[in-house]
Amino acid sequence: MSTGNMNLTLKIWRQKNTKDQGKMVDYKVSEISPDMSFLEMFDVLNEDLITKGDDPIAFDHDCREGICGMCSMFINGRPHGPKDAVTTCQLHMRSFKDGDTIVVEPWRAKAFPVVKDLTVDRSAFDRVIAAGGFISVNTGNAQDANNLPIPKAQADSAFEAAACIGCGACVATCKNASAMLFVSAKISQLALLPQGQPERYKRVQNMVAQMDAEGFGNCTNTGACEAECPKGISLENIARMNRDYYSAKFVSEEEG
Amino acid sequence: MSAINSNIPEGEITTKWTKFKSSVALVNPSNKRTLEVIVVGTGLAGASAAATLAEMGYKVKAFCFQDSPRRAHSIAAQGGINAAKNYQNDGDSTYRLFYDTIKGGDYRSREANVYRLAEVSANIIDQAVAQGVPLAREYGGLLDNRSFGGTQVQRTFYAAGQTGQQLLLGAYSALERQIGMGKVEMFTRHEMLEVVKIDGKARGIIARNLITGELERHFGHAVVLATGGYGNVFYLSTNAMGSNVTAAWKANKQGAYFANPCYTQIHPTCIPVSGDHQSKLTLMSESLRNDGRIWVPKKKDDNRKATDIPEEERDYYLERRYPAFGNLVPRDVASRAAKERCDAGYGVGSSKKAVYLDFTFNTERYGKIEANKNNLHQPDHETIMRLGREVVKEKYGNLFDMYKQITGEDPYETPMRIYPAVHYTMGGLWVDYNLMTTVPGLYCTGEANFSDHGANRLGASALMQGLADGYFVLPYTIGAYLSKEISVKAIPTDHPAFAEAEVRAKSALDHFINIKGTKSVDYFHKKLGLIMWDKCGMARNAEGLKEAIAEIQQLKKDFWSDVRVPGAADEYNPELEKAGRVADFIELGELMCLDALNRNESCGGHFREEYQTEEGEALRDDENYAYVAAWENKGDGTFELHKEELKFENIKIAQRSYK
Amino acid sequence: MGSIANAFSSSIGKKLIMGLTGLFLISFLLVHCFLNAFVFFDNTGVLFNEGAHFMATNWIIRAMEVVLMAGLLLHIVQGARLTFQNQAARPVKYAYTNGNANSKWYSRSMGLLGTLLLIFLIVHLSQFWVVSRFTGIPTVDANGHEDLYAVMKVTFKDLYMVILYVLAMVSLAYHLLHGFASAFQTMGWNHKKYTPIIKAIGVGFSIIIPLLFAAMPVWIYLGL
Repeated sequence: MSTGNMNLTLKIWRQKNTKDQGKMVDYKVSEISPDMSFLEMFDVLNEDLITKGDDPIAFDHDCREGICGMCSMFINGRPHGPKDAVTTCQLHMRSFKDGDTIVVEPWRAKAFPVVKDLTVDRSAFDRVIAAGGFISVNTGNAQDANNLPIPKAQADSAFEAAACIGCGACVATCKNASAMLFVSAKISQLALLPQGQPERYKRVQNMVAQMDAEGFGNCTNTGACEAECPKGISLENIARMNRDYYSAKFVSEEEG
Repeated sequence: MSAINSNIPEGEITTKWTKFKSSVALVNPSNKRTLEVIVVGTGLAGASAAATLAEMGYKVKAFCFQDSPRRAHSIAAQGGINAAKNYQNDGDSTYRLFYDTIKGGDYRSREANVYRLAEVSANIIDQAVAQGVPLAREYGGLLDNRSFGGTQVQRTFYAAGQTGQQLLLGAYSALERQIGMGKVEMFTRHEMLEVVKIDGKARGIIARNLITGELERHFGHAVVLATGGYGNVFYLSTNAMGSNVTAAWKANKQGAYFANPCYTQIHPTCIPVSGDHQSKLTLMSESLRNDGRIWVPKKKDDNRKATDIPEEERDYYLERRYPAFGNLVPRDVASRAAKERCDAGYGVGSSKKAVYLDFTFNTERYGKIEANKNNLHQPDHETIMRLGREVVKEKYGNLFDMYKQITGEDPYETPMRIYPAVHYTMGGLWVDYNLMTTVPGLYCTGEANFSDHGANRLGASALMQGLADGYFVLPYTIGAYLSKEISVKAIPTDHPAFAEAEVRAKSALDHFINIKGTKSVDYFHKKLGLIMWDKCGMARNAEGLKEAIAEIQQLKKDFWSDVRVPGAADEYNPELEKAGRVADFIELGELMCLDALNRNESCGGHFREEYQTEEGEALRDDENYAYVAAWENKGDGTFELHKEELKFENIKIAQRSYK
Repeated sequence: MGSIANAFSSSIGKKLIMGLTGLFLISFLLVHCFLNAFVFFDNTGVLFNEGAHFMATNWIIRAMEVVLMAGLLLHIVQGARLTFQNQAARPVKYAYTNGNANSKWYSRSMGLLGTLLLIFLIVHLSQFWVVSRFTGIPTVDANGHEDLYAVMKVTFKDLYMVILYVLAMVSLAYHLLHGFASAFQTMGWNHKKYTPIIKAIGVGFSIIIPLLFAAMPVWIYLGL
């Protein structure tokens, strides 16, 4: 089924389930085409494993066009591999050379336990959103959309923060496994919009509290998250979250 | 064949929905707390429905197979969402959106549903903005619109090329809010494998916990399927890898009719297939047709680089054939026109299965406007193109980047190569006006149902339909049913019907594991895809469809005797998940061919080569086929056809013309 | 009040403490460096001892000294806690990481650099601060002030000591290279217009101050 001529050695993390110890295992793949995506290369490997009667490698993936945020491989020491601003599914084999050895590991963080092989559980992110990443508006309560003009620059900034796909690369690459880029992106999106103001200070307190409860580490401003984010979410969001947090805790009279 | 009742309210089309809403039975708040609703799927249609139902006070259980509801495939929708707001003052109205949708669907959709869709469309935008969805705005701070195919007004709201993502995250945040308040119980990495029916009514589901492999029984007074489309029957499509028909198909086996399965939408602007390894296709948003011009060389087998072919040797075939709509003809028309050119030998690229989508013209136009704005008089060509590229970048930057990542070519410099690909399925579970299937208490919303798009969906209407169903339609219509269920106590899941359904699910899973054949699930899926694409794809004919049916039947036999599913059923096993989905795709594929064979006409996405005008346009047969084909599953691969006659009382049925 | 108390125990609160104490320590470095720079202008040490005398006797400075020690201690304790907590946030480490692709080594090594600085500080404080505050300086200079300058001259006769100080200042430079701009980010002072300026000042500060500090022992060793 393969059409190319690249031969590669893969060192892949295998772990049967959350409790298993896990270890790195070596695999060889051949006839890989440079036009394949990284996940399609994994398809080739898995096809091979299945035919041989081995257990195929479990990895998360779905849309394969860089937007669902499901794919999550730590490739050669970097989340989503060596190319900037792409997800694993958008990484193509033309970014590698024939004969390369590629190390593939799951996202590693206490808050993201391994489910199997390269699949991890990122439900901590959902719980952070459930703690406050929304505007409380029931269906049917909305006014006409144009009754609330929003300056374009502000709407654009909110959009840039909202572009986060929740893949968790920020956590994966952060030496502290901190989730602040993810959390601050949602807080920023809503803090930048007039609709988000009523709950602004309650939101930042609740989301940060949940983030801490999930066991993510603390941000030390290394900037790795921003550099590795496939959607280019900016560190400015973290600063904005910090500001809002101080306002909420030290200025606002509302208890969090 | 028998007729089926679509329960359309009496009265003028413009007042049906209002009257329905004011007369539908209500459920009082204390009763709502005891009524449980299961929502399967958390895309736009599912997340919005689950959130809204919970806000209303129902007890909701929501299920998705992904690791988070935020990852449903609605997230990948790029271009936009239609709404009859008339913010652009270009004469838009509810009626016009209704008319465009009926016409775009080639007169094969139900008037009452479509009118309702157009009516609630404006509320969706209000709701999304209130949730903090950052839709694109103009400098004055008001919402911006763009054009989409099949219309002559600008009614498409958007958020760069990520409209679906932003709308889904809005619905997801509403859902998470309810989860946080304990009003929705969320089950991620769960796949529905059976519908449980008790006394003829849907009363729950069997879901597999994908992590532990455990089968779980869940009761609901009503069950809502919002499980998306079945485009992956073609193996290669723009759908996500996990998108599947299993929930809808199991419902079909339990008595929910499947309507118009042969109506599939082939999207004209996708990145062409590059090799056998390909696992999925990537869409380039329809919004690109706003600013891109589609062409092929006038000469056959022209191997020159696109940029070396002079203007007079280019055939802008859409503008030539359809002067009124030009590059913005509906998707089915644009796709067939591309296929026609490629089949005739004018295709480009190494495979010759592609046409050009060229932005040079509009880049230049934008550049001139920008130069004017910046008071640059008589700027040179370089400057114009540079300024123009900045505008194009702002509008479509992420799409251009995506194209470059996949193909390795820079679309700012050379035209994109595009080709049609399977994108959306208009067919789905048959539902009445209330979005209820033929199984009482079993509802179906969004792409999973058949209701609003007829034989062809217009661009930016899928997001509209999903959210209309979930936010504004189902939460009302489900009350009509649930108001009669208030005396029903929650049924314990040790009821024999649950046990039977679980046995059905379990035996299928065990069977897959025990076959221990020689070929992977993907092997069969790819084979199925090829059969479907060749014989039930962009163009079909009776002979090919008959062959396809025979081939699929054989494939089914091979699959059930030779598939290899490693691992066990009681563990995390993605291959086992795929096996179940492909088994259902195979059966559905056969029904699609059967439906396509039954429909002796061409309409929208269903193009039968035997039925075309002299100019090669789709030739409908309104006399004999102005009906919805709803298929009842009789077991063992046999189906009975039921017809819902389509009555056009508000729109004059006519041959579709975009000339 | 509960909100304020729990603010400091949150992840952002802990960062805030690091940032605030860090900025405070930076301001101390500036004063310390300014006063010590007297050694470059007067090799009799009179000027330097004058400054030291002022610092030792002014009650505001003495009060601030307590705050400084508290700040330093907070910075150290909190830094250590953060480092351990952050390590616990990733119980299973990666087999292979390529941190240089996305961040600076010194940004990732603040704990290590801080520990080196702590070791240095113990040596440094015992050599000067403990002597001047507690054990007492035996000699006086021409003005009758305690001759701290003489202590310095003795200390930096030892080449190894000079090397230790220079190396410590290299650590300080890298610690500051991250810490200066990082503190502003933590305080939430990130602005499209001002952040580049802050970063530039941070780089300047991180090079100039440690360089001046490092020059002092060298200067004295060489007897300039």
